[in-house]
Amino acid sequence: MSVTAREAILARIHAALPEPPRDIAGSHASIQRLYRQTGTLDAHGRLDLFIDRLLDYDTEIIQIEAESELPFAIERALEHYDPQRILAPAEFPSAWLPDSVPIQRDHALSTSELDHFESIVTTCEIAIASTGTIVLVHGGAQGRRAATLLPDHHVCLVRRDQVVETVPEGLAAIAAQSHRPITTISGPSATADIEMTRIRGVHGPRRLTVILYGR
Amino acid sequence: MRISLFVACYNDTLFPETGIAVTQVLERLGHTVDFPIEQTCCGQMHYNTGYHREAVPLVRRFVQMFLNAEAVCVPSASCVAMMREHYVMMAEAENDPAFLADVHSLLPRVFEFSELLANRLGLSDVGARFAERVTYHPSCHSLRMLHVGDAPRKLLRAVRDLTLVELPNQDQCCGFGGTFAVKNADVSNAMLLEKDACVLQTGANVVTALDNSCLMQIYGGLHRSGSPVRTMHLAEILASTGEPQ
Amino acid sequence: MTVRVGKTSTAPPFPLAAKAALQNDQLRRNVHNATTIIQGKRAQRVDEMPDWQQLRQAAKDIKDHTLAHLDHYLVEFERNCQRAGGIVHWARDADEANRIAIDLIRQYSGDDPHPEVIKVKTMTSDEVQMNAALEAAGITPIETDLADMIVQMGNDEPSHIVVPALHRNRFEVAEIFRRTMNLPNLTDAPEELTKAARTYLRNRFLRVKVGLSGANFAVAETGTVCVVESEGNGRMCVTMPNVLITLIGIEKIVPTFQDLDTFLQLLPRSATGERMNPYNSFWTGLTKGDGPTAFHVILLDNGRILQLNDERERETLACIRCGACLNVCPVYRETGGHAYGSIYSGPIGAIISPQLQSLQHSRSLPYASTLCGACYEVCPVKINIPETLIHLRGRIVREDQQTLSGKLAVENIAMQAAAKIFLSHRRYEAAQRLARTGQLLFERKGQLTNLPGLAGGWTRFRDLKPLPSQSFRDWWKARSKPSPHGERVQ
Repeated sequence: MSVTAREAILARIHAALPEPPRDIAGSHASIQRLYRQTGTLDAHGRLDLFIDRLLDYDTEIIQIEAESELPFAIERALEHYDPQRILAPAEFPSAWLPDSVPIQRDHALSTSELDHFESIVTTCEIAIASTGTIVLVHGGAQGRRAATLLPDHHVCLVRRDQVVETVPEGLAAIAAQSHRPITTISGPSATADIEMTRIRGVHGPRRLTVILYGR
Repeated sequence: MRISLFVACYNDTLFPETGIAVTQVLERLGHTVDFPIEQTCCGQMHYNTGYHREAVPLVRRFVQMFLNAEAVCVPSASCVAMMREHYVMMAEAENDPAFLADVHSLLPRVFEFSELLANRLGLSDVGARFAERVTYHPSCHSLRMLHVGDAPRKLLRAVRDLTLVELPNQDQCCGFGGTFAVKNADVSNAMLLEKDACVLQTGANVVTALDNSCLMQIYGGLHRSGSPVRTMHLAEILASTGEPQ
Repeated sequence: MTVRVGKTSTAPPFPLAAKAALQNDQLRRNVHNATTIIQGKRAQRVDEMPDWQQLRQAAKDIKDHTLAHLDHYLVEFERNCQRAGGIVHWARDADEANRIAIDLIRQYSGDDPHPEVIKVKTMTSDEVQMNAALEAAGITPIETDLADMIVQMGNDEPSHIVVPALHRNRFEVAEIFRRTMNLPNLTDAPEELTKAARTYLRNRFLRVKVGLSGANFAVAETGTVCVVESEGNGRMCVTMPNVLITLIGIEKIVPTFQDLDTFLQLLPRSATGERMNPYNSFWTGLTKGDGPTAFHVILLDNGRILQLNDERERETLACIRCGACLNVCPVYRETGGHAYGSIYSGPIGAIISPQLQSLQHSRSLPYASTLCGACYEVCPVKINIPETLIHLRGRIVREDQQTLSGKLAVENIAMQAAAKIFLSHRRYEAAQRLARTGQLLFERKGQLTNLPGLAGGWTRFRDLKPLPSQSFRDWWKARSKPSPHGERVQ
């Protein structure tokens, strides 16, 4: 009986490793983590940092206070964009969308249909201040992956209490949903491949607008 | 103190003035210097080139020779790095507990020259005078393995009438790398040209370092290009008192 | 089983390849500029992290732990990936990996006589030379990373782990694009070039049914795969096609999702000097209504298991392919990546390439280093590259000494002789005297010139002062002798 590749590989690994199997989980748990796992900034400090990082990425930022102002903010965000080509996930709350623009919904649109749109409006799961990162756990009002990828302009709602300071805090917040598709976004897509000049927008949205709202 | 000098095989042969300078400085400071005449080499060249088995007897020899020294002074950072990075490992591989114990016992008493002065003896002013514009090249071994830090600069700044200029891109390797200098001579030279260009940028008359291997490389390029800039080991600058010798 | 690492089997030895590279001024200028810039950016981003050293240590510890239990974690990953709808295949070597990929692509391409596959950057696929295998099987691989496109269209080889087209400047890129994209009026402005790439690739992203990716990390606990990127082509390739095939070296496994919090901080700062790269994509198996409807993982050995045997070599498997070591290496800076003759170049390449292939190839690479240690300082997972280089040099020397030609090699004879000399101070002193006499043959105008053999490598470029007539020990002996009048001679 011939050995499968899987059996062969696992057998060779087992033979190569000197230590006998121990309490692997315990050994993993005992790894020392002396790096910062929580932030030290207060809410103000976190938000200032987050905004600073977003500006570094040439992200447009619209700041409002109450949820009730969201339609105005979204309207402003979409001001210079084609009103006929705006998309929102099917589950995106209608109450937040402005009446002035005919926003269409992503009801399992095909790829070529998706390709037609210029702007997409979504919420997000969490944001990380230290790196200026927005995290989408795809599905629901955060949209499926293709919908947040094909349009050229992404409008993303970030509630102020969704902003954490550090990367470890960000990952901890989404760990329970790691079975879902997740995209982290830190500025619009960029390449530095041509003489190290950072050029925006190779693929993926070239414009990112963040609407910061709530307490 | 009674300080045993391990001058390093290449210093003995090519740069005796460094050993002489070390002796002069230490004696001027009131210490007694001895030189075990049987010394030869620490084993670095063999070990780094891959001749590990051949290096072991050289290591044993060194350890035996200096085992009872009060302090060992080595005017070569790369040799001290060899000892600190590899001697324990090599002794462990020999499965010889007595040898290993000797290595552990000796190593804390071995010092690179600037370490001996600045750390062990706690000095910065050693009574030197050297009226020149000098730039300091931090050798890779002293920088990254021995972590000598600011000690050489502290010693240089205390030298009367010496103008110390910082070397641009100083952390970049000069390209010597032992047998690399001949096995990869073309690349070694390309690296050297960059280093020499930085030296010339400082306008210094003298380049100094803790390793004559680097200085040999730097000199080799400077002199070939017709530059009058000189190279001197740190010990030679510290030995200088401005008096005619 | 035959391990293959790119084109190492036919690559010239480093000293020869380096010599050629050193004559290419354009290449050297590009490499100098690029490495200086990235070095600076990295340093800036690392300096702002007060816990950088702690992150490095934790990352190293996580990798050490994972590799020590690699079989356990691979099985865990397989279980969780398949539970979520993925299918996991195992490949012992390059050929097996390519065969699996080709079979899958054919399976999903049905009647299509000219199947295509869109690829997001994966060095692992270059390692196994997958593109060549696909093309031989009548499948067209379409590279979508801007730099990989530049390399592919320029009929070239990658020269850097993270910035593969680093050796090309904008003028060369424009020339390549004009030719292959049929855009005769394309200028060399970087914005124009990226716009051209965007347009060129867009319809391919939307049309091609099969995607191929690598992975930066594969999480055992959840079966999640992670791709780290900048341009968005990664998102495209793992989302748009119906079928996704992901090639993953077995060393990419990490135990838990939370473990990523070290690597996701270390990698972007080390690789491109950014706090965070634009996009990270995570997916686990299949998700209904979002992304591909079939997902296959190919787990690859291709020489990695051999390194598990030795603790020093095992460290190399921790590499997260950041390229920071390349950017600080003073040797790489002079030659660029092609001189290493391997898809993995620079310091990490000098240890990975020979190790994967059991020192069958890339034997000159462990010597392509001055052991300056700059790489070890910047490695985010604390791989002790200089020690590994010395270790590999030891293996090479020991192997060579087993053969007659190795025993008789000039270097070996010289080293044996030198060792004998160093074992006796009298022999050493005799050798010193001999050298002082012998050098007279080579002394001209106060310098040594045209030294023979290996030493000629020195004098070709550098002056060398002759051996002084009095060695240090001569001086010492003389001063210790009492003078005829009873005083000590100084």
